[in-house]
Amino acid sequence: MIDRHKVTPFLRDYAVLIMLAGLLATLTLLSDNFFTYRNLLNILNQNAPLAIMACGMTLVIIGGGFDLSVGATFAVSGVCAAWVGLHIDPFLGLAIAPLVGLMLGLVNGLLITWLNVHSFLATIATSLVFKGTAIVISDGRLIPVRIDDFTWLGRGKIGGVFIAVIVLAVFAVALSLFLTRTTYGRRIFAVGGNEEAAVLSGIRTKRVRIMTFAIAGLTAGVAAAISVSRISMGQATAGTGLELQAIAAVILGGTSIFGGAGAVWRSLAGVFLLALINNGFNILNADPFYRDLTTGVVILGAIGISASGKSR
Amino acid sequence: MTVNSDTCVRLRGIGKSFSGVSVLRDVNLDIAVGEIHGLVGENGAGKSTLGKIIGGHYAYDTGRMHVFGSPAENWTPPQALSKGVVTMHQELQLVPELTVAQNVFLGMERNRFSVLANDENERLASILERTGLQVDGRARVSSLSIADRQKIEILRAIARDARVIVMDEPTSSLAADEIQRLHETMLNLRRNGRTVIYVSHYLDNILEVSDRVTVLRDGDLVATRPSAGTTRQDLVSEMLGGSRDTTIHSLRPPEPDRDVTQLEVRSLSSPNGTTNVSLRVGRGEIVGLVGLVGSGRSEIVRAIVGADAATEGTVLVRGKQYRRRSPARSTALGMVLMPEDRRNQGLVLAMPVRSNLTLPHLARFSGLFGRIRNRSERRQSRRTIDLFDVKPRQIDGDIATYSGGNQQKVLLGKWLLRNPSIVILDEPSRGVDVGARRRIHEAIGELSKNGASVLLISSELEEALGLAHRAYLVSGGTVVGEIDPAAEPVDKVLQALFEIRAASKSGAPQHAGALQ
Repeated sequence: MIDRHKVTPFLRDYAVLIMLAGLLATLTLLSDNFFTYRNLLNILNQNAPLAIMACGMTLVIIGGGFDLSVGATFAVSGVCAAWVGLHIDPFLGLAIAPLVGLMLGLVNGLLITWLNVHSFLATIATSLVFKGTAIVISDGRLIPVRIDDFTWLGRGKIGGVFIAVIVLAVFAVALSLFLTRTTYGRRIFAVGGNEEAAVLSGIRTKRVRIMTFAIAGLTAGVAAAISVSRISMGQATAGTGLELQAIAAVILGGTSIFGGAGAVWRSLAGVFLLALINNGFNILNADPFYRDLTTGVVILGAIGISASGKSR
Repeated sequence: MTVNSDTCVRLRGIGKSFSGVSVLRDVNLDIAVGEIHGLVGENGAGKSTLGKIIGGHYAYDTGRMHVFGSPAENWTPPQALSKGVVTMHQELQLVPELTVAQNVFLGMERNRFSVLANDENERLASILERTGLQVDGRARVSSLSIADRQKIEILRAIARDARVIVMDEPTSSLAADEIQRLHETMLNLRRNGRTVIYVSHYLDNILEVSDRVTVLRDGDLVATRPSAGTTRQDLVSEMLGGSRDTTIHSLRPPEPDRDVTQLEVRSLSSPNGTTNVSLRVGRGEIVGLVGLVGSGRSEIVRAIVGADAATEGTVLVRGKQYRRRSPARSTALGMVLMPEDRRNQGLVLAMPVRSNLTLPHLARFSGLFGRIRNRSERRQSRRTIDLFDVKPRQIDGDIATYSGGNQQKVLLGKWLLRNPSIVILDEPSRGVDVGARRRIHEAIGELSKNGASVLLISSELEEALGLAHRAYLVSGGTVVGEIDPAAEPVDKVLQALFEIRAASKSGAPQHAGALQ
């Protein structure tokens, strides 16, 4: 008999990696086209915007919050980028998206801390406000930007690697280090783990929470820039549902929904677990009717493993 | 005497410990049917624990309990309820938006043709008639006073055919006239052949209404005696027992040489219940804040460090006025507060020991771009762990799995890591074993010798008075007196505290709800 007390925590901590490895192995066995440089890089590239947003969302959730407005932030940043890119300057357009995202994230953080409301409520409201703003800015129309100086970010490659993947790598590493190696990251863990203790320890918890939402907004803006550049089109309806995908990936990765524990790599693993399921359906030509069902079952499985043995 | 010879609750050799600390030992007690039985004792003597064991909220570790003659097995609140034992909690558990009658019969509504019969008012009327209690069944609970809400809890217990009702500190938020009404209700219950177990700090209240009273001290049952003919002085001396405080007195560091004021508070008031508090703490001085549970001591120190907002008054640190107070600024000024509740206010259980230790001092370990200077942080953590003899000794140990005593050492180490000049300790040795307690007392002594000012809150009078050079008496959120602990015997002080509380109860009602 294997010692359950040692195995269960291991399973719980690394559930997402085990499932990811299992899925990789299965798909490799089932299809010759799966485990190729091309296919894997494509998966990374396609999911780079979502993965960048999931990195930002990780910080919010570890800090004890939720951001349901990143999809709308994505939309506003996207239409701003397209509008500026079309009417003023393509480079400025791409640069403005992260700034817009950062500003909207700041607005979220300030509202939540000033009004002292749960971030869940505040960001439901701001997501509608942002979405409406995106519609107003775009006048309800598509904004096509077919300029090479605009589309390089989403489509270009450096040394055979998509620029989007490089941006993702930079954000993943930077936010990982930020979270684990800096005093700011330590404070995020403390605020999410026990806010009262953090306050009494002299931590300015409001600033910490504002910071996490600002970073989440920034990542949504960067994701929007990549995405708009890739499809060379700004539209107010883009990004719908992205916030839920990002949250699902973070939780699937094993970051605590209650805050105080988690990691950036977990969210990346969560994103790619979901992406692989999708990709598997494509390359196996499986019946797409089963796609949502399979995804849901995988998420349930991951939640089940991480919940097992938690009640001591 | 209406005490019946039948026994409803029989306890034999009951013992209970929490994480290795024994809080009740070998308790033998027979509670008779139809009596009002008082349970008294100092803070931490185990009276509340005993009440909770009878009500099924805590499982006892050793001994046997019989209820109405049958053994109490799997004794949980629902099981207790089915045998007729109900606990009335300090925090009332009512649905504010429902009416009195709906609350009384919550969960036992009757249906007529599968829809609610809505006959709660009639059912309540019959209970009211039977018991002689008075309350408007159609009133919304949210519109009622706390005393009336307690009555609803009692009615609810009766509706479930409770024969034994455990009341844990039922008067702590009541004004004097409301206490009278509660006592009438208790007598009423007794007339109806029901038993009341009355746990309280208020000795006069207990003596006024109970038939017998049991005194607990440090987890031991000291005496059970008829209330008639017993005085408050008798109870106080039994609660304190012999002189067991001599060992602590020797711990008190020598009087500080110079009387330089480091912390001064002038007429501080706060919405948290702190009213017009003035006090001062000198260099190297240990000053006790002494009061009963609920007297507002923790609230006073929270207002001092800025954890709770203050409306009036000033705080001076080393002679300079300290405005716009916040825990962050206090920490920067070298004034730290070690909170009373280590799990909810002190430690971040999801983080390792090291991160907990350095949490208030992160700025000190911050390098370029906020990078944590790992080596320095580890070295400092190692030093603190060694200094306080934290076990296990790992720097990155999982604090959630540590014993209470070691968690408390980490908490203390966290606050003393940077040699603060003003240290406020709220219940520093609550729920820890003897060894950890000794180490904590030594640390407090060292603080004083090194010139730090210490403000000490402890519910154990022997601890506060044994360590302190000077002490303030606290009641109702304000300082009501100052004593020299070396000159005053502990039982005198306790007696004085009970008298102060009794006086404030019979006078203007305190807004005690804010003090909880």
